[in-house]
Amino acid sequence: MTTIESSPDAVGAARGESAIGSFPVALAAWLTSTDHKRIGRMFLGGSFVGLAATAALGLVLGIERVDGGDVLIDSGAIPQLFQLYRFGLVSATLIPLGIGLSIAVVPLQLGARSLAFPRLALAGFYGWLAGLVLLVVGLANNGGIGGGDADMVDLFLAGHVLMAIGLIAAAVSIATSVLTTRAPGMSMRRVPLFSWSALITAIGALLSLPVLVGALVFLFVDHRNARVVFGGNVGIGDWIGWAFTQPATYVFALPAVGVAAELLPVTFGRRQVMRGVVYTGLALVGVAALSAVTQQNVHSLPWSGSGLDTDELGTKFDDFVPFALFNLLPVLGVLIVMAIGALTAKGARPSITSPFLFSFLGVGMILVGMLGGVLYPIDDLGLQGTVFEEGVLVYVVYGTVLSVMGGVVYWAPKLWGRAFPDKPVMGLAGLGLIATVLASLPYYAAGFADQPAASPTYEYGGPAELWNALVLLGHALMLLTVLAFAGLGAKALRRDDRPGDDPWDAQTVEWTTTSPAPFDNYAEVPVISSAEPALDRKASEQPS
Amino acid sequence: MTLALPAGPTPAPRRQIFVGTALACVAGTMLIGGQLAIWALIRDRAVEAGERFPAKFEIPEVASNVMLMTLYALCLFAQWTVWSAKRGDRMHVGLSLGIVGLMGVAFVNAQAYVYHRMEMPIADGGYPGMFYAITGTMLALVIIGLVFTAITAFRALGGRSGELELVASHALYWYFVAAAFSGVWFLVYVTK
Repeated sequence: MTTIESSPDAVGAARGESAIGSFPVALAAWLTSTDHKRIGRMFLGGSFVGLAATAALGLVLGIERVDGGDVLIDSGAIPQLFQLYRFGLVSATLIPLGIGLSIAVVPLQLGARSLAFPRLALAGFYGWLAGLVLLVVGLANNGGIGGGDADMVDLFLAGHVLMAIGLIAAAVSIATSVLTTRAPGMSMRRVPLFSWSALITAIGALLSLPVLVGALVFLFVDHRNARVVFGGNVGIGDWIGWAFTQPATYVFALPAVGVAAELLPVTFGRRQVMRGVVYTGLALVGVAALSAVTQQNVHSLPWSGSGLDTDELGTKFDDFVPFALFNLLPVLGVLIVMAIGALTAKGARPSITSPFLFSFLGVGMILVGMLGGVLYPIDDLGLQGTVFEEGVLVYVVYGTVLSVMGGVVYWAPKLWGRAFPDKPVMGLAGLGLIATVLASLPYYAAGFADQPAASPTYEYGGPAELWNALVLLGHALMLLTVLAFAGLGAKALRRDDRPGDDPWDAQTVEWTTTSPAPFDNYAEVPVISSAEPALDRKASEQPS
Repeated sequence: MTLALPAGPTPAPRRQIFVGTALACVAGTMLIGGQLAIWALIRDRAVEAGERFPAKFEIPEVASNVMLMTLYALCLFAQWTVWSAKRGDRMHVGLSLGIVGLMGVAFVNAQAYVYHRMEMPIADGGYPGMFYAITGTMLALVIIGLVFTAITAFRALGGRSGELELVASHALYWYFVAAAFSGVWFLVYVTK
C-alpha cells in the first residue's frame, strides 16, 4: 500500500511556485501553465462565457422574432446576429465544452502525470480564443456570410481558420494522451468510458475540421481576390455550413454522452457490463464525423412521394446509405450506450446524484435532438430552410451543456478541490431541462409550419407567436441556469469544507489521488488491474 | 492523507511523438484530401460548362515533375536518417538530415519557379486563386516539414542522434508530404 502525501501547494512549492504570489505572476503562471487541469478549465471557462453570451443573443433574437423585427436592433444587423448565434452555439459552446472537459479530466482518468503535448493544447486554446475574437469582430463589423464589408468577411474567414487549427491542435493532444499515456496495466479495453468518448471526439475532429480548414483557405483566397468560383460572400455558407449543423455537431456532443456512460455504473454501484459494446456505441456516434466527407445535408429516400417507388433502386440505395450512416447510426450509438447502462442498472438501487441527473437529462435532450436530426434532412418533409434545424441544434448544444455541467460537478473535487452543493445543483438540472425544452421543442412545431430560419419575420397559421415566445423564455432560462451554475461554483470555491478524495464512491483511477489532484496528478503512477481500479482498491481494503 | 493504489514502475515510453505525428498526418491528409475534392468538383463544373480548366495558363510540367521526384528522394534520405540513428551513427544522421533540408528548400525553390513562370495574377479569374490556395497549402506543409527537420537536426547535433522516435516521426511526416503532393501533382499539375 502506498501513501500519497503530496498536495498541490507542496508540489508547487517544490517547483519554485509561491503559494502567495503577486497577481501578475499568478496570472502569468495561469496563462502559460502546462497543467492540463488549468488548460481544461480555461477552455471550460471560455465556453461558459460563450454560452452565456449566446443564450443572451438568443434572447435578443427571440424578442425580435416575437415582435416582428426592428425592436432592439437594426434590421440590417439581423443576418449577422443570426450567424453569431449559430457560431456561438457551435464554436463558442459545443466544441470547446467537450474539448475543455476532456483536457481537464482525461489524463487523470488514464493515471497519467500529464497531458501529451500540453503546450500544443495551450496553443490550441489561444488559437481557438483568438479565432473566436476575430470571428466576432468580423461579424460585428458587417462581415460574415453575405456581409457587406469585404475586409470583415476576410477577417471572419481567417478567424475560422485560426479557430479550427486551434481545435485540431487540442484534438491531437487529447488523442495522443489516450493512445500513449495510459498507466501500466490500462489496456484500451480498460480505458474509462469518458476518456474513450474523448478519443472518438478527438479523432472525429481530426477527420472533419481539416476539411473545413481546406475549404476556408479556398474561400479566403477566392474572396480576397476574384470572387468568382465560390459565390463570393453569399456562397460561403454553402461551403462551410455542414460543419455547423447536424450530423457534424454530434461528434462534439459525444463527450456529453461519455459523461453519462461514466456516471451510470457509479450511480448504480455496479461494474459496467458489456463494456466493449458501450465502446462500440460511443464509436458509432463518432461515425457522424465522416459526414464531412459527403457534406450532404438533404436526402431523397426510397419511400419518397406516394408509396414505394421501385425505379432506380441503385440510386436510391446510394442516397439511403449516407443518410443511414450519418443520421441513424449516431442515434443507434446513443441508444446502445443507454441500453447497456440500463442492463448495468438492472436490479440495483440507484444513488441519484446531481452530476448524474444533469448528464442523464442532457443525454436525453441530445437524443431528442438527434431524432429531429433524422427527420430534418429528408427532402420530402420540406423542413430545409425552416427553424426546425435550429431546434435540433439547440437540443444538441444545450443537451451537451447540461451533461458537461454534470461532468464539471462530478470532477470538481479533483479540479478545484471543492464540491458543488448537491440539492441546489439538482434544482438547476431541472431548470436547465426546462430551458432546453422551451428553447428548442417549439421550433420542431414551427418548422413543420414553415417558419423560415434566421429571419425575424414569418407568416403562417397556428400559434406562431406562442412558439417564438416559448423559445425566448427558454433562452432566458438557460442564461439563468448558466449564471446560477457559475454562482454556485463561486460559492463552493469560497467555502472551506473540502470534499474527500472519493466523494462519489466512484470506480475509475482518478478517485485514488488527492482532491484537488496535484500538479502532476499522482505522486506515483498507479498499476491498473481492471477497468474499475478504485473499486478494486476498496475491495482489497475490506476485511475478509 | 490518502490511501492509494500500489505504485507501478515508470511507464514504458509509448512513442508519443510518433503517435502525435501520425495523428497530425491524418489531419493533413484530410486537409489536402478535402482541398483536392473541392478542386475536382470545381473542375468538373467548369468542364460541364464547356470551359477549359485552366483557361489560359500554362503550367511548367518539368518543374512540377522535378518537385515530385524531389519529395520521393527526400523520403529516402529521411529513411537514411532513421537507419543511421538506429546504428548510432551521428555523422550520417547529420548528413542525411542536411540533405533532407536541402531537398526541402529545393522543393520550395521549384514551387517559386512554377509561380514565376506561370505569371498568373491571383485575381485574374477563378482558377489562379484556387491554384495558389492548394499549392500554397502544400508549400506550407513542406515548410512545416523543414522546421521539423531543423528541430530534429538540432537535437541530433546536440548529441541525441540515437533518439530513434523523433527521426522516425520526422521520416513519417515526409512520407505523408510526399503522398499528399502525389495527389496534388496528379490532380492539379497532370490532369489539371
